[in-house]
Amino acid sequence: MTSELAPAAGTPTAAGPSRAYPVLRTARLPRRRKAHGRPRRSVLLTALTSLVVIYTLVPLAWLFINACKTQPRLLSSFGLWFSGDFALWDNITETFTYNDHIFVRWLLNTLLYVVVGAGGATFLAVLGGYGLAKFNFTGKRAVFALIIGAVAVPGAALAVPTFLMFSKMGLTDTPWAVIIPSLISPFGLYLMWVFASEAIPDELLEAARVDGSGELRTFFRISLPLLAPGIVTVLLFTMVATWNNYFLPLIMIKNPDWYPLTLGINSWNAQARTVGGEPVFNLVITGSLLTIVPLIVAFLLLQRYWQSGLSAGSVKE
Amino acid sequence: MAVISPPPAAGRAAPPRRRSGGRRWVGWGFVAPFLVVFALVFLAPIAYSVYLSLFREQLIGGNHFVGIDNYRQAFQDHEFWSGITRVGLFLVIQVPIMLGIALLVALALDSGRLYGRNFFRISIFLPYAVPAVVATLMWGFMYGKQFGLVANINDHFDVTLPDPLSPDLILASIGNIVTWEFVGYNMLIFYAALRVIPQSLYEAAAIDGAGQWRIVGAIKLPAIRGALVIATIFSVIGSFQLFNEPSILKSLAPNAITTYFTPNLYTYSLSFSGQQHNYAATVAIVMGIVTMIVAYIVQLRGMRKEV
Repeated sequence: MTSELAPAAGTPTAAGPSRAYPVLRTARLPRRRKAHGRPRRSVLLTALTSLVVIYTLVPLAWLFINACKTQPRLLSSFGLWFSGDFALWDNITETFTYNDHIFVRWLLNTLLYVVVGAGGATFLAVLGGYGLAKFNFTGKRAVFALIIGAVAVPGAALAVPTFLMFSKMGLTDTPWAVIIPSLISPFGLYLMWVFASEAIPDELLEAARVDGSGELRTFFRISLPLLAPGIVTVLLFTMVATWNNYFLPLIMIKNPDWYPLTLGINSWNAQARTVGGEPVFNLVITGSLLTIVPLIVAFLLLQRYWQSGLSAGSVKE
Repeated sequence: MAVISPPPAAGRAAPPRRRSGGRRWVGWGFVAPFLVVFALVFLAPIAYSVYLSLFREQLIGGNHFVGIDNYRQAFQDHEFWSGITRVGLFLVIQVPIMLGIALLVALALDSGRLYGRNFFRISIFLPYAVPAVVATLMWGFMYGKQFGLVANINDHFDVTLPDPLSPDLILASIGNIVTWEFVGYNMLIFYAALRVIPQSLYEAAAIDGAGQWRIVGAIKLPAIRGALVIATIFSVIGSFQLFNEPSILKSLAPNAITTYFTPNLYTYSLSFSGQQHNYAATVAIVMGIVTMIVAYIVQLRGMRKEV
C-alpha cells in the first residue's frame, strides 16, 4: 500500500479495494506536468487506443443496427449494416406489447429491485462506512476483519444455501428474495469508509460536538453533504450490480411475473430456440438494447455529477 | 436505531481525539444496521452451508449426520475437479490479457497524449454497464453460424472460420466476452490510481532527465501496485465464480457446455436439477476455500514481488 491515499491515521489499513475511490474525481484534476506545458499529442498512440475502442463499441453497434431490422431480415442480411425497412420503432412497440406487456412488468420489477436494493445498500454502506471511519469502538478491528473476509467469499457459493434458507422462511418467489441479498455491498462499505476518512475532518465533528449537536444531527447536517461524491459512486456501482443481476433472481424467482429484465430477455431467447417456439430474436435484440440504454444514460449523467468539483478528498501533494 | 450520546457538558468537553465513554457506542450505532443484514445474508448462509455439508438425505431414515463423507466425495469427484481445472486454465490466460489491455489503455490515457481523452475513457468503460445476459446473447449471436458475423464473413469471403461455439473454442469465446465486459472497469481502477501520483515525483524525474518509458517503469507501475493487486484478486475471484456467461451460452452451444463446465454451474445443477442440496453445499464450501487460498497467494506475491 502506498501512503498516498491510505485511510487517515488511526484506521487500520488492509488490502481492501485500495483507492478505487478516486474514480470520483476523474477529469476534474488540473492537468499535471505543468512544468513542461502540455505533452504533445500523439497520433500513433491515439490510433492504437482506437483499436480498443473499436473492440468495445462494435458489439454495441451490432446491437443497435440489428434492433432496426425485421425478424426475417435479421436472419438474411449482413450483421454490421442496416438492411430492409427501418424497423426500430415497430420492434420497440412489439417488445413493449408482446405477451400482454410482460416487458413493462419486467422493467418495473427491475426498477423496484434497483431502487430498494441499491438505494438500501448505499444507505447501509454510508452509515457503516462513516461509523468505521469516524468513531473508535470496541470490536472495530473484528468488524473490519469480518467484512474484508466476506469480500473474498465467492458470492455464488452463498447462493444455494441462501435459497434454501429463504425457502424455509417462505421468501422465495417474492421480491424480497432478490432485494434482501442486494442490500449488502462489502465493497461499497469499504469505499465509503475510505472516503469518509478523507472527506470529513475530525475537527469539524469535534466543533459540532462542542456546539452541542447530537451525533445523528451532525451526520445528516454536516457529514452527509461532504460525502455526496462518494455516495454517488457507491450508488452507481450498486445500481449496476442490481440492474445486471442474473444469478440471484435465476435461483430465487420462478414466477415470470417477478422476473427482472435480464431473466425475461433470457427466457425469450430460450423460447426462440426451442423447437416449435415462436422465434422472437428481434425482440431479444431490441429488449437487450432497451435494457442497456437507461444504464448508459445514468452513467453519462452521473459522470457529470462526479465532475461537479466537490472538493472532498482532493489530491494531497 | 443509533444510540445518541448526550453532548458533553459545557466546560467538560472531552479533549479532541480522545473518544471515550458514551461515544464508544455511537460507532456501533452507525455500523449496526449493516451488520444485522450482513449476518442474515452472509454469516447465516455460511453457517447453514457448513451444517448442510455434514448431513445427507438418506432414502431410509431421512437426514443423517455423515461427518466428512460429503467432503471425501467432493475430493474424488472428477466432474468437480475438471470444472476447477477449466476455470484455472481460464484465469491463467484471460486475466493477464484483460488486465494487460486495461493497464496499457490507462497508461495511454494518463500520458495526456491522446486526442479526445474523455471519449476514450467513457467508450471503453461502457460495456461495464451492459448486463452479462445482454453481453453474452450479443456476442453469442455474433458468434453464430446461423445469422452471426461469423456466418457473414464465411459467406462473404468464402472462407470457413473456426466455429467459436465449438467445444474446442468455447472457453476462448467465453474469455473474450468476459474481457469485453470488464476491461473498461479495470482500466478505470488503474487510471484512478495513476491520477493521484504526486506531481513532485514527476518533477524529480524530469530533473533527472528520465524518459517516458523510464517514468512508466520507475514511477507509475510501482505507485499503482496496490491497484494492480486488487484488480488481479477481483478478477481471480470472478473467474472462479464463472457462471452467467456459460449458463447463457448453453442454449446456443448445448454440445460444448456441460452441466459441470464450471464449479458454479455444477453447484447449480446439483442443487436445482438434482436436488442434492447437501452435496451442493459441500462443493460450494470447497470452492470458496480454494478461491480464498488462491486470492491470498495472489495478494502475498503481489505485495512482495517487484512489479
